This record gives sequence, C-alpha cells and structure tokens, in this order.
Amino acid sequence: MVEYGKFNDIQLDVLKEIGNIGSGNAASSLAQMIGKTIDMVVPQVNMMRYSDLAEALGGPENLIVGIMIDVTDDLQGTMMFLLQREFTHEVFNALMGGNTPDFSALSELDLSLIQEIGNILSASYLNAIASLTDLRINISVPAICVDMVGAILSVPAIKYGEVGDEVLLIEGAFIGREDKADITTKLILILEESSLALLMGRLGVA
Amino acid sequence: MEKSIIVGISDMAVARTPAVVATYALGSCVGICLFDQVAHVGGLSHILLPKRNNNDNYMKFADSAIPLLVQKLEQIGAHRLRLRAKIAGGAQMFNVGRSDSALGNIGQRNIESVKGALQTEKIRIYAEDTGKDFGRSIFFDVNTGVLKIKTAFNKTYDI
Repeated sequence: MVEYGKFNDIQLDVLKEIGNIGSGNAASSLAQMIGKTIDMVVPQVNMMRYSDLAEALGGPENLIVGIMIDVTDDLQGTMMFLLQREFTHEVFNALMGGNTPDFSALSELDLSLIQEIGNILSASYLNAIASLTDLRINISVPAICVDMVGAILSVPAIKYGEVGDEVLLIEGAFIGREDKADITTKLILILEESSLALLMGRLGVA
Repeated sequence: MEKSIIVGISDMAVARTPAVVATYALGSCVGICLFDQVAHVGGLSHILLPKRNNNDNYMKFADSAIPLLVQKLEQIGAHRLRLRAKIAGGAQMFNVGRSDSALGNIGQRNIESVKGALQTEKIRIYAEDTGKDFGRSIFFDVNTGVLKIKTAFNKTYDI
C-alpha cells in the first residue's frame, strides 16, 4: 500500500520518472506548437504545503494563469499548469507573432488559446503515462483562471483538503528561453491515494 | 499603518486595537472577520472547507473555526452579544461548467456553512463580499471595523 507522505526512495524515483516522461512529452508538443526549443528541468517530487508552493510562484498575490484539468478513469486526480506571466507572453509571441495581450485583460480568444495550450500539454503528458502503464486515462476540458496564485491554489487545496494540508506534487518545469531562467511554467499532478497505488503497482513497485 | 497580523490558510488571529488582521489571496476559501467595537477587539479566521469530520484542525473548517474564534475573542474581552461579522471570499475560481458537482461550487458551500455557523452563534453579518469569480486579499481594521478588499488586478474597495 502506498501511503501519502511515506514514500521510499524507489517509489520516489518512479514518481520522478513519471514526471520526467510526462513533461518530456508535453515539452516536445509545446516546442512543436511554438516552433522553438523548450528546455526542461528534471522534475521534482515533493510533499509540499500549498502556501509554500504559492511562495515559490512569486507569493500568494502574484498574478498567474492557472489551467486545471480533471483526470479520470483508471487514475483519479487533478493536473494543473501554472503559467507565469513571462511564460504566457513568450508563448503568445511565438504563436501570434509578437502580439502579446495585456495580461490583466485577456480576451475570450486569448483565453481559448491558453485553454488549447493546456489541452495539448495535459494530453501529451498523460498519454505518455498511459502508454507506459497501459492504464486508461481520461482528461476533462481544461478550465482557465487568471488570478492570484494563492486563490488559484485554493481550488486543489480544498479538493484534497480532507486528505491533508500537504500534497504530493509531481512538479515539472519548462524553460522557454535559455537566457531567461525565469520564463518557466510549473505543472503539477495531484493523484488520489488509490491511483498512486495503482500506478506504482503497474510499474512494479507496489 | 498599524501593525498587520497575517493569517494563513486554516489559521486565525485575534487582536486588540489598534491592529489590522489580514489574509492573502482568498479563492474559494472564506475569511470571517468578527469585531466588538466596545471592547475594541477583533479577529479573522481563514477557513478552507465547510464541515469538520473528525479532523484535528478546528481552524480549517467553517463550522468549527467560528465557535473557536468567538471563544478566543471572549478571552480577550469581547462580549458575544456585541460581536458583528464581515465576510469575504468563497469565489468560484474556475468555471468548470458543472456547478452541481461536489467541487463545482465549493465556494458557495463554504459561504453557506459560514452563514449557518454565524447564525448558530447568533452573530449578525454586517457586510459581505462573497462569491463571484475572483480572488481577494482582505485587510480588516479592528479599530474601525472597515474591511478593505484587494483583487488580483489591484482594485481595492471597503465594505
């Protein structure tokens, strides 16, 4: 049985590898979409408090774009992409040719473009995991929110609030341009306890 | 500006005037401010979920946090009958298009539970800024009872 907060080294390595494969696949989809090289940092697997995650993303009041996707079927959980302002600009510039929207007043069209990016990223991330583990994974249409990072994170904090104040984050980051380390996005996969156990079982580390 | 006391998620604080108690980036969570203007005391609770079920953290849930906040205010001189409430938060951050689902509108369920708990304590709500679809940072001036609300796009207003 896999218990939240009590992972051994082998289990942590497996989770890191899952993050690696998923975000690797997502990064190449993104690179293909914007026609630019996307670098990826090695994913971190952490038990983290939401408040600490908010700090890592510029403080609770920092304005970001949140994309939330429900993961259903064999695996149950939530996937979130947290796009910092600079990253969003970078992607818009690459896709729309320098036509960067005002971050505080994104139009319907801008939002649907971000939604599509979320769709492509999450589908490629989870496809990689599905084909590796032979599990059926279904994803919802991405929901978008542009607001304070703390307010956005209240949503998964509440959803998994009965389980605990800490959550296992399989966290990956893309770097959009080599000379600018701060152009990153974080992607987070939060899985239910039973789904984690299933995933571990499929990968032979029950 | 008076000293500001920052309240985290699933946390609370009480203070005597002059003081400002604040909490950042309420999303679907609710901030509950209680104050007694005769005793010059007030407090703020930042709740995450509506109902406590055998959980040890009383400050995390509306139905257990509010009685606890009242108790803490009484300890520093407040009188239950004089307590007034102002509440903010409980937004629906993501429009997921199925507000009937369990998570769909947790903000609304939080607001309802807060109102129920305040009613149980017989505390009147003087002002509220709840629901809608945006995050709020709130700053409560214990002295004046004014609740300042700041949104993500730097709009500020008092209630």
